[in-house]
Amino acid sequence: MAFPGNLTAALRAGCAGLEVRDQPEELIPYSFDGTAVLQQLPAAVVFAKSTQEVVSVLRWSALNKVPVVTRGSGTGLSGGSVPVPGGIVLCLSKMDKILEVDAANLTLRAESGALTATISGAAEKAGLFYPPDPGSMKISTIGGNVAENSGGLRGLKYGVTRDYVMGLEVVLSGGEVIWTGNKCVKDVAGYTLRDLFIGSEGTLGVITQVLLKLIPPPAARKTMLAVYDDMEKAAHTVSAIIAAKIIPCTLEFLDRVTIRCVEDYAKIGLPRDAEAILLMETDGHPAAVEMEAAAMEKIARENGARSLKTAAHAAEAASLATARRSAFSALARVAPTTILEDATVPRNCLPEMIGFIQEVGKKHRLKIGTFGHMGDGNLHPTFLTDEKNRDEMHRVEAAMQEIFHRAVELGGTITGEHGVGLAKKKFLEGAVGRENVAIMRRIKLALDPHGLLNPGKIFDLSS
Amino acid sequence: MSSGETLASLDYSILQQCMHCGLCLPTCPTYDATKNEQHSPRGRISLMRAIADGRLAPTRGFGEEMSYCLGCLACETACPAGVDYAHLFETARADGERAGVLDHPLRRIVRGLTLKFLFTHPRCLRMAGRLLWLYQASGLQKLARVLGLPRLLPNRLRELEALTPIILAKFSHQLIAPVENPKEKRRYRVGLLTGCVQDLVFADINRDTADVLLANGCEVVTPPVQPCCGSLHAHNGDPETAAGMARRMIDLFNPASFDAIVTNAAGCGSHLKNYGRLLDGDPVYANRAREWDRKVKDIQEWLVEIGFRTPKGVIRERVTYHEACHLCHGQKITRQPREILRSIPGLELVELPESTWCCGSAGVYNLTQPETAMALQKRKVGHIFSTQARVVATSNPGCHLQISIGLARRQADVRVDQPVSLLARAYRLEKD
Repeated sequence: MAFPGNLTAALRAGCAGLEVRDQPEELIPYSFDGTAVLQQLPAAVVFAKSTQEVVSVLRWSALNKVPVVTRGSGTGLSGGSVPVPGGIVLCLSKMDKILEVDAANLTLRAESGALTATISGAAEKAGLFYPPDPGSMKISTIGGNVAENSGGLRGLKYGVTRDYVMGLEVVLSGGEVIWTGNKCVKDVAGYTLRDLFIGSEGTLGVITQVLLKLIPPPAARKTMLAVYDDMEKAAHTVSAIIAAKIIPCTLEFLDRVTIRCVEDYAKIGLPRDAEAILLMETDGHPAAVEMEAAAMEKIARENGARSLKTAAHAAEAASLATARRSAFSALARVAPTTILEDATVPRNCLPEMIGFIQEVGKKHRLKIGTFGHMGDGNLHPTFLTDEKNRDEMHRVEAAMQEIFHRAVELGGTITGEHGVGLAKKKFLEGAVGRENVAIMRRIKLALDPHGLLNPGKIFDLSS
Repeated sequence: MSSGETLASLDYSILQQCMHCGLCLPTCPTYDATKNEQHSPRGRISLMRAIADGRLAPTRGFGEEMSYCLGCLACETACPAGVDYAHLFETARADGERAGVLDHPLRRIVRGLTLKFLFTHPRCLRMAGRLLWLYQASGLQKLARVLGLPRLLPNRLRELEALTPIILAKFSHQLIAPVENPKEKRRYRVGLLTGCVQDLVFADINRDTADVLLANGCEVVTPPVQPCCGSLHAHNGDPETAAGMARRMIDLFNPASFDAIVTNAAGCGSHLKNYGRLLDGDPVYANRAREWDRKVKDIQEWLVEIGFRTPKGVIRERVTYHEACHLCHGQKITRQPREILRSIPGLELVELPESTWCCGSAGVYNLTQPETAMALQKRKVGHIFSTQARVVATSNPGCHLQISIGLARRQADVRVDQPVSLLARAYRLEKD
């Protein structure tokens, strides 16, 4: 619905002191996020500098029935912060302060626009560790991480963002401010509302502050790289490691297409005929790390690794990790449009899923490179395509649909860490079932009765 | 870009290559200062794409945005997808100039006088330099400053007056013979580019460069009158003049007759290596331009490539290294200058925090965007202080001046020098 009259003038009048932008040059840069293809111009972009300003924006929005899309750094990969027609973008990038590091309680409190890397750095400075490390952590905001429940490379051993959120300050639709959670490890007073907002993709409230859990950092780490002629063998290595009661902090793989792209780009001497590369890392107490590394090496060899290298020191570890670190860059250079997906399956179904993706690629004549987190079953099939080629984009759509369908069939999910947003909305019901979505709708309506917060994301209000 | 290219006529896949992941944002000085996407590489590319698509006309806002961009190319280093931002940025500035979105009578006069006249006529540029030298050497400048005359100037001009670099008594052609031969056996034949600012303000560094080349078996050919390489024009939206300058340069130095064509100015080097793109489609010059690109080398790149001789002269100094954007981001040269500095006996190299962060010089940025340039200068000087180094080495005349002014403002006892000069000094000390 179009706003009657001049929206920005009304906004400026309603929210004194708020930075409001509405020129085309100012809006175009906010018309997309990190997701390929999706684009929508907002009516205005506003930059809040305090919780109080967020309150005034949400009050104004409720009064005038103008939708609000909250945004951090706009690195999301499912269209969660793409504007909605006629809506405003509420950007929190200027609320970026670390407010407190509490070494006695092992917590850190920050404004939601603080960068993940800044938080990680602040923890490190205090001799502590904030484990979640999404690929965009150098620029992603902690508020965005919480709203998307972001994962990262360390998921298998250390968990995801949800596992580190102890409390949140949230502004609700209409402008009410709540605190949910605290510094206590144990707290069973009522519903854990905090958990409701984690992964809610900006549809239930605007997160303005986060209280995070920190942990002591691991004292030692050991890195290994194994090469396989067969993806099954790599997968069996992973299963055998877990069966041996070892939880490595990294178990990352690249498939053949990705290996070749990496070698073309980085020229680091990867075997172009290999079917899989597995990057493994264990961390913790030095003695435990030594034992685990030796066991992992043995398991990898027993499961048919054709070559295996263990890093002797940090520099060598970094060089072994180059292949995995370059994976996305290498793939992104191949074609004009890169679509990064994150279908996820129980880890014992991984080889089957990877084989299926390769088949689907062949069937639809598409180039798909797959890499990802083998330890937690989180795959990143990456489509190398061109959005201007309509025919090919249709084939991409069809392939994606088949991949998501298969992932769900195998007991997996359509998204492990990117969220649903706009990109996967139509697959949600198939993945979680009609009943679940119906309950989500009821929760949404209870907290945001007029559907003003990021409307049309995750699911539509009317079924 | 080839001259005449516009955002609309550009190969669209260059724009598409940006997958808007946002990884460039934290490395962009203007995004860092504003936290506003419009002032980020990703935001700017979205505007360029909107123009290419016809969704946005080149507006004044667009022109101002392109002018606000430093062109430091830190985003290129950060970009996982290999976006050719330099190409896009130069095309965008040219689009803005063609549309005249920033047009103003005074601006037209300044651009005409500098880009179209002084920087296309090397003799006139030297003449202007000579006049400025007279003004400075005769004590007139000092007198004027003592009398407070600059205060009579309008604000902008007064700021510019303070930035006037000290002109040297001798320019490059008075210090370097057209052909100089090494004492030992000649291993290579190289052409030496003397630059514009480098020629007027740092001719002694050109001499140092020739000396270092001679000490490493290079015959050095230095044409006494050299045109501007055109980087100033290409970076400021005048690709047609830039292409003309490139042709003149290729005529002056026939690339086929040299093993390398050496530059010691990072800003020039980063442009000089792209003549192929600029003259792509030119029936006469395209092939020679590609050969030219292969031959152009930054002095430090060249020295390491030929295995320069480790000096024996000792320089006992704590030195830190500031990376010129157009060396580390524009040419991806980061290892070689450090290798040269470390080769000098007695010299202690300490790493500079944020060594690859722009110092605010950025071509003529300190003249066009003084406020941002000043903030960056302050940040850089702060980091230099934190290293407690007595010398900051850098390999670009713009950075050299910008950092010198910043240090002088704080009355710091820190000197700016160039790695090649330090190496030349270490070689000279061998004889003492």
